[in-house]
Amino acid sequence: MVDTRVTLSGMELDNPVIPASGTFGYGYIFSEWYDINCLGSFSFKGTTLHPRFGNPTPRIAETPGGMLNAVGLENPGVERVISEELPRIQEVFSKKVIANISGFSLEEYVACAQALDAQEQVGILEINISCPNVHGGGMSFGTSPEMAARVTRAVRDAVKKPVYIKLSPNVTDIVAIARACEEAGADGLSLINTLLGMRIDLRTRRPILANRTGGLSGGAIFPVALRMVWDVYEAVKIPVIGMGGVQSARDVLEMMLAGATAVQVGAANLVNPLACKEIVDELPGEMEKLGIQELKQIIGGAHHG
Amino acid sequence: MQKGVFSILSNREIARDMFEMRLRGDTSALSRPGQFVNIRLEGLYLRRPISVADWTAEELLLLYKVVGAGTRKMAAMRQGETLDLLTGLGNGFDPEKCGERTLLIGGGAGVPPMIGLARKLKEMGKRPVAVLGFNAKEDVYGVERFREMEVPVHVATTDGSVGTRGLVTQVLKGLSDYDDFCACGPEKMLRAVAETCPTTGQMSFEERMGCGFGACMGCTCKTKYGNKRICKDGPVLWKEEVVW
Repeated sequence: MVDTRVTLSGMELDNPVIPASGTFGYGYIFSEWYDINCLGSFSFKGTTLHPRFGNPTPRIAETPGGMLNAVGLENPGVERVISEELPRIQEVFSKKVIANISGFSLEEYVACAQALDAQEQVGILEINISCPNVHGGGMSFGTSPEMAARVTRAVRDAVKKPVYIKLSPNVTDIVAIARACEEAGADGLSLINTLLGMRIDLRTRRPILANRTGGLSGGAIFPVALRMVWDVYEAVKIPVIGMGGVQSARDVLEMMLAGATAVQVGAANLVNPLACKEIVDELPGEMEKLGIQELKQIIGGAHHG
Repeated sequence: MQKGVFSILSNREIARDMFEMRLRGDTSALSRPGQFVNIRLEGLYLRRPISVADWTAEELLLLYKVVGAGTRKMAAMRQGETLDLLTGLGNGFDPEKCGERTLLIGGGAGVPPMIGLARKLKEMGKRPVAVLGFNAKEDVYGVERFREMEVPVHVATTDGSVGTRGLVTQVLKGLSDYDDFCACGPEKMLRAVAETCPTTGQMSFEERMGCGFGACMGCTCKTKYGNKRICKDGPVLWKEEVVW
């Protein structure tokens, strides 16, 4: 029997497979497809202090090997997430969840994080400073080391649970931002969020997305994500959750060799609702084939020797 | 909702850019007319949502219009090839809430779900009437399917080459003996239908989707009763809740 367990800042996971925020709702949608307790954990839909409708439609576009989305953080707001969504999660998921949090000001990030910090079901607070689909917030906090550090410090000082900062790839130097977050007290990092992109409809001669631009995800971005995980792993000591285009157990292993302690799976869930279950099921077999006994031993393994 | 592999029994063009695909597979996840399937196609990332025209325990009938890369790939597929489908998606029309005499209004590529709905209503002993709109004679399809079920059919074409000249609303203006309507077609048509018919009605909407099963929030619309996901809470909405 191989050992698939990993640990994120004291939170022990049965395996490193975590559906990524925005592709898994609040979990229960997927329990219509399979028992989601097989997952290591899941990161729930990006939550803000106040309810948000998000962007107008179309919000989705096809791309080679992936997709663009410009949902724009549609969510019911933290109050209803706590009163309605968390109890529904409790019915179908017995492990701790990762609370994904977005905001438009330091105060909003802090208030939302504090509210979720008080919830027993939440294991980690994942602070999203990298949403490319909202204006005046989200990614604007994630594109400068100074701003990223300010958000990190403000949240870190206000909560008890581990704080992971979700980084944007739409920056000149993701390593500088990763370092700034670590110095400001981040317990870990999640990377990468989607890459900013766009498509134009040849018939209408207008952008397909009503928001004009959107975030690119899917298999196409895997090598970009892997490279960034590699670079950040070399620069920081805190754990990294790797994500971006992961769609198989082999991708999970590759991400871990690059330096990820755990791995999130995003767009793959939307194309195949059983994607994460299949990855969890296939992981032990792939480990055996490659002679991996203990999964945590391979974290960052590609950097040595 | 269910994921399964279906094999193509036949696939042929039945009108201009309109194809009829018959598939064999497990249809047990389908519960209502107006639901849809989400089809994975080689070389494309996102699945393509296609409304179900009709089904039996082992067979699925899809009538689809070639409008882009996905449906073009579907049109090129042959008997014996297989497709990976998510089935039983969406709420569909509620036949229980239909009156004794329901108008089934389909515009262009919006005709297919009216076929399964007509069958269901006839099975329930009701007396639906179909009103179908097309651009021209070359685009007309499906009429025989309604006639075989002994459902009266009114056809309208924009150029007047078959039936009433004009839009489905032209036909609707001459009808009064009905309890409610079910409609599927372009949003402009749906709006015109809602304004023309004084009765209540159910309408099926279209939107670009990510997942098709309620996870990604890619197809949310505003209604009078809050935000709804076209793929999960729709695609069928009641006339009274629609925000135009």
